Amino acid sequence: MSGGSATPALDFWEPLRSATQARIGLGRAGDALTTRDRLALRSAHAVARDAVHLPWDLDALERGVAALDLAVAHVRSRADDRATYLRRPDLGREPASLADVPGADEGTYDVAIVLADGLSAAAHDHHAVPLVQAVVGRTRAADLSLAPVVLATQARVGLGDPVGAHLGATTVIVVVGERPGLSVADSLGAYLTHLPRPGRRDSERNCVSNIREPHGLDYDRAAEILLGLVVGARRLGESGVRLKDRSVAPPPELG
Amino acid sequence: MRLVTAYSQTVAGHTYAFDHLVEVLAKASPRRSGDELAGCAAQTDAERAAAQWVLADVELTEILETPVIAYEDDEVTRLILDRHDADAFAPISHLSVGGLRDHLLDVASTPDSAARLTALAPGLTPEMVAAVSKLMGNGDLIAVARATEVVTAFRSTIGQRGRLATRLQPNHPTDDARGVAAAVLDGLLLGCGDAVIGINPATDSTHAAGELLRLLDDVRTRYDIPTQSCVLNHVTSSIELIEQGAPVDLVFQSVAGTEAANRGFGIDLAVLGEAREAALSLGRGTVGDNVMYFETGQGSALSADAHRGVGGRPVDQQTLETRGYAVARAFDPLLVNTVVGFIGPEYLADGKQIIRAGLEDHACGKLLGLPMGVDVCYTNHAEADADDMETLLTVLGAGGLGFVITVPGSDDVMLGYQSLAFHDVLSLRHILGLRAAPEFEQWLDRVGLLDDLGRVAAVAAGETRLAALVAP
Repeated sequence: MSGGSATPALDFWEPLRSATQARIGLGRAGDALTTRDRLALRSAHAVARDAVHLPWDLDALERGVAALDLAVAHVRSRADDRATYLRRPDLGREPASLADVPGADEGTYDVAIVLADGLSAAAHDHHAVPLVQAVVGRTRAADLSLAPVVLATQARVGLGDPVGAHLGATTVIVVVGERPGLSVADSLGAYLTHLPRPGRRDSERNCVSNIREPHGLDYDRAAEILLGLVVGARRLGESGVRLKDRSVAPPPELG
Repeated sequence: MRLVTAYSQTVAGHTYAFDHLVEVLAKASPRRSGDELAGCAAQTDAERAAAQWVLADVELTEILETPVIAYEDDEVTRLILDRHDADAFAPISHLSVGGLRDHLLDVASTPDSAARLTALAPGLTPEMVAAVSKLMGNGDLIAVARATEVVTAFRSTIGQRGRLATRLQPNHPTDDARGVAAAVLDGLLLGCGDAVIGINPATDSTHAAGELLRLLDDVRTRYDIPTQSCVLNHVTSSIELIEQGAPVDLVFQSVAGTEAANRGFGIDLAVLGEAREAALSLGRGTVGDNVMYFETGQGSALSADAHRGVGGRPVDQQTLETRGYAVARAFDPLLVNTVVGFIGPEYLADGKQIIRAGLEDHACGKLLGLPMGVDVCYTNHAEADADDMETLLTVLGAGGLGFVITVPGSDDVMLGYQSLAFHDVLSLRHILGLRAAPEFEQWLDRVGLLDDLGRVAAVAAGETRLAALVAP
């Protein structure tokens, strides 16, 4: 194999690349990767790091959410900066202050949506507003009431517990930027927690992951699954391992 | 047992007090984010230095008499103490932790170091090994690891001096058979796969795991490759697959150093023993019968909130990691590797911490007699990059590392992290004069993949007979 771009050796791998995104068939410069492939890895890593470290575009998000005729509130976690956020997941789950989030009695709202920056600003910049639009459309169609949307900075999934409780929401959906990989740096995850309150365990949540278009789970499908989970949680009285999303359950032969 | 505030040390005019061995171990640990998260790390560098002075004077017998997690509370503690070999321990029973460091480095400088350290291993407990590692510099960890030799075998032989084996990890986000086969071919052509061809499945479906096992077994038998395959699912799934007649070579399981953390993985010692018996009953090994494959990693107990020891004190993550090796060694594994940088920056923040932890895990596992490998890896939210991984690979290679994980172009598209590229191993084998596992090396030669100097040749994939592996 040579490192050139049009050699027969590379042609051998071309049809296989439709079967996997893995970096198969990379050429050799001696024993090492070729310059092209090395730089391709470095640039993919750079994009992933930027997704983690660059701040999300809060103004654009607020405008986008407000345009859906939704009230918007802001909260920051106790992690003051990205470096602290990355090392102290406990601080990312606690609000620095809830002063800017309107409080209400338990059960005032059926559903709250919290956008938590998480590990990918790019995921929110690219996908958050259309995902919220899809979820809100289905929530309204189901005649469920919506709390103000909270934009949570330096936030982890667990921050939705105190925020959701403070809002008086029966079910909270935390939309979070997922940890970026080299191939995908902008996917969103959504975690649903019924009767949110501080101390909820991860096993009491349900997760829908890899939400992004065009290559991941599309917004409408994600919203459909989430609303199914909301309705199921309201019927069951809880979210988590006992609440299964039957609409995405694998066929029986796959176990 | 010592009384409260039993340990103290003065550094630069300030006296530091520690109330228990668990606190000394934690505060003597080189700095890492996981211990800071757990709240057990030294507050200052001077406190860390004081704890190291204290630890150096702790007698090994005192460590034996002071479990970090109570005997009655934890089956890993019971395993460690019940299996401790007093005869093997006798020659070092008079030593302190500092004395043990000097002794190990002295032994490491002798020609028969491997035999002496093999004889010593059953006399060492994980806590002794973790303690001594905290007094060692990175160079010490390399020297001591290099002095050991732990050899295991199934269809290939792992761990001989002068050899560096590889796990070929052909992961795919949907377990697509053709995608997996393409990655297997890529790795084989670059001389990888001698430790195991091992897939992390995308689902926990036993049926899907069975399909993957048959795919890998077909590849292996079709080309008569002297290696072993593994689908890294839960140990109970492997038992089920063995009962169904699936071609299971190795039983995999993630293990940790506390009973509670293992419960979080859904396992205990009994089920590991049951799985090993099941795998042994198949008799699939040719040159050996080590049938278990374990993965570990610093921080796994903390992430499961299963990291507390006597009196509710948080135990440092490196001591708990080393206790996990006691679990592994009870089952005579073929392979054990720490997935060192996978867990994220809240446990190992940056390249410096990942490199240190990789050297600790490797040396501690080897001293306890384990066939130790390392997944030299990092995530995109840690302060680390490919340069750190190449540095870690090279220093581990200098320390006689048994095997590493390799993926196409260093990018695991299923797990979303970076390990080593097949190319990285080609480079290191050349730099350090290391070779593949002996049976696998002979196979590479038989199928025409080695050049006249015994190195993996750059061949056109389509011109090898292995190309049929991905024929439509």
